[in-house]
Amino acid sequence: MMDEILEIAPYSLEKEEKHKLLNARLQELTRVHYNTCTPYARMMDAVGLDVNHLPDYEQLPFLPVRLFKELELRSCAAEDVVKTMTSSGTTGQQVSRIFLDRETSALQTKCLTKIVSAFLGTQRVPMLILDSSAVIKNRAMYSARGAGILGFSMFGTKRQYALNEEMELDIEGLKAFLDEHAGERIFLFGFTFMIWQHFYKKLLETGYRPDLSQGVLIHGGGWKKLAQEQVSPAEFKQRLHEVCGILPENVHDYYGMVEQTGTIYMECECGHLHAPIFSDVLIRRPLDFSLAEIGEEGIIEVVSMLPESYPGHVLLTEDKGVILGEDDCPCGRKGKYFKINGRLKNAEIRGCSDTYAAGFRR
Amino acid sequence: MIEINNIEWLHGSMETLNERPLVPFADEVIEELDALSKALMKDPASRQYPDVVTFAFFCRRGNLMKLREVFSCQSSVIRLGWGVVFHIAPSNVPVNFAYSVVAGLLAGNTNVVRVSQKQFPQVDIIVKHMRATNMHRVAVVRYPHESNANEVFSGLCNVRVIWGGDATIETIRKNAIPARAFDICFADRYSIAAINADKLTENCILNTEHSKTLAERFYNDTYLFDQNACSAPHLICWLGEQDNIKKAKEVFWEAVYDYAKAHYQFQDVMAVDKLTALYKQAVAMPTCEEQTKNNLLRRVEITELPCDIDTFRCAGGYFTECEVESLDDIAPIVTAKYQTLAYYGFEREELEAFVQRNRLTGIDRIVPFGETTTFALTWDGMNLIDKMSRIVSII
Repeated sequence: MMDEILEIAPYSLEKEEKHKLLNARLQELTRVHYNTCTPYARMMDAVGLDVNHLPDYEQLPFLPVRLFKELELRSCAAEDVVKTMTSSGTTGQQVSRIFLDRETSALQTKCLTKIVSAFLGTQRVPMLILDSSAVIKNRAMYSARGAGILGFSMFGTKRQYALNEEMELDIEGLKAFLDEHAGERIFLFGFTFMIWQHFYKKLLETGYRPDLSQGVLIHGGGWKKLAQEQVSPAEFKQRLHEVCGILPENVHDYYGMVEQTGTIYMECECGHLHAPIFSDVLIRRPLDFSLAEIGEEGIIEVVSMLPESYPGHVLLTEDKGVILGEDDCPCGRKGKYFKINGRLKNAEIRGCSDTYAAGFRR
Repeated sequence: MIEINNIEWLHGSMETLNERPLVPFADEVIEELDALSKALMKDPASRQYPDVVTFAFFCRRGNLMKLREVFSCQSSVIRLGWGVVFHIAPSNVPVNFAYSVVAGLLAGNTNVVRVSQKQFPQVDIIVKHMRATNMHRVAVVRYPHESNANEVFSGLCNVRVIWGGDATIETIRKNAIPARAFDICFADRYSIAAINADKLTENCILNTEHSKTLAERFYNDTYLFDQNACSAPHLICWLGEQDNIKKAKEVFWEAVYDYAKAHYQFQDVMAVDKLTALYKQAVAMPTCEEQTKNNLLRRVEITELPCDIDTFRCAGGYFTECEVESLDDIAPIVTAKYQTLAYYGFEREELEAFVQRNRLTGIDRIVPFGETTTFALTWDGMNLIDKMSRIVSII
């Protein structure tokens, strides 16, 4: 089933067609996980899901992503796990553990390729990683950041890191790389805050102005820290343009999580995040989990056709967001487009047990 | 004496701690508490905070004289306060610091209490009137974690009272206390409720307003402090005829929901917290979600009581329910961690027999609905007056 779906262009289907595909695949995955993951089956039994008469995917029970930090959730045999992905928690936090078998891992790669190609073209091009080479070398740092870099590295032919192991700008390396690939399209990849802190600010400081007018930048990791510095997405693009000539329409943020690697949500030229046909975004009202209207803020639910080896096909995130529209973005891409409004606020809890609050502090 | 850094003296000073101990329930202490009570009652600002009013009510002369009466009946020996009591108040229950101090005062001690860094209007009001009425034997301090105050006060106190749960206790205990001094610790606890469904249905038929009153009491036991007070029930045990249990649950939860809807400030992240709790519980034990109107109230039904049920809890309105044949069915799961049993529809004799027959290691308080957070001088199984005073034996 997935082989055929992965042949369809990622942003080509109208609402009804996509809905049908999602229903078929997500119901199939629900049955698979119900039969192969005992904890998942217990959860579904607890909420009274009738696995023989599954509802529309919009009514399928969603698992909070936090569960992957607290439980070992696996739908394949332990010996079939080829890779265990972990989330990038700050020190002292529990991290998510996502178990991948060969099939799911391959699906993730194929799907990511489809999505990224829609923005970068199908040709592999030279790649400039706006991060330190130490991220990959140092196992202690290797988590979502390292996995992200490795995951996206398949789109690059030659790879160059913009920062040395001390997180300083490698100007000599950059010059040589750009000289060699003058006039070619270049794929840039990095994490939003790292780009701002260690690339943009250092370019500003050193006065070095590389020519990246042929560059296409894909970046992710969230806006939390930049929002604290009062930097908007538009300003981010404009300022980058000023120091390296990259065109604002070629800068693409993405939203994604380790719990659903592969199905990322890319930002289009209009600044909207887009759901590809392989996944979808639903907005839930916090009070009763009913579906919010277009334009109404709520908790983001993400569904993905990929997870076979762990029950992560229907997840409730801890992010807030808004659907901006469906099938009618001026960029021409079909599917829902949306924006993220940050994370849910931690609860202010009264009561004498101080430890509760500490346990949930991020 | 080492100097204390980063400290704010909200009331009193280091000199305050030089006062000598008194006998329990000394006249001068009762006078001063009564004056504080009157001042609080008169202040319009207090009336906005039911917890301040309740505290003021506790401190009035009439109540204290009654408590003195009970105390003298039980104790004929000579007692005196230990000296200086150092109280570390919890960060999330505003008025708790004041009750802790009152217990220390009534036992005959001089007190220094650390209040939370978090600002609460209730704390400000009470401290304001402590100053205005010039209360003796009390110093109120506030300081950040990096201050050396914990070390200094621990080093000079005779008794240290630690609220705030296991983590706070562990942190504070890193500071040494004098050889003769000791700690009174209020650790993390777990609380439950038992409802006699036969009585509940009967009373609801007699009086249609009954469920509303009961819901309000239950709300005060739970939601009022985000179901995170040690005394807040998480597990509800239902007893009685099947039919009555079914009816009682319907009436009870509908009333609780309505009351919570009107009074509780729901926070979005609680929706996720409760769903996470539900699924974790479902993985660990046979669990069945009960339908509710929305995430303000989450109910899960279990058919058997596992011994680790106390670890499956969630703040802000998450209840595990179980139907049991008799109170004795609850006994096997009760450990030292259990604090309060809130009850509805049981006779005192039944409850006494339940405790004695089962020789429980936990449950220190058995109180009717609505009374779980009511402060008493006996708390967590300890008589605080006895604990905080010493016996002088003369033979």
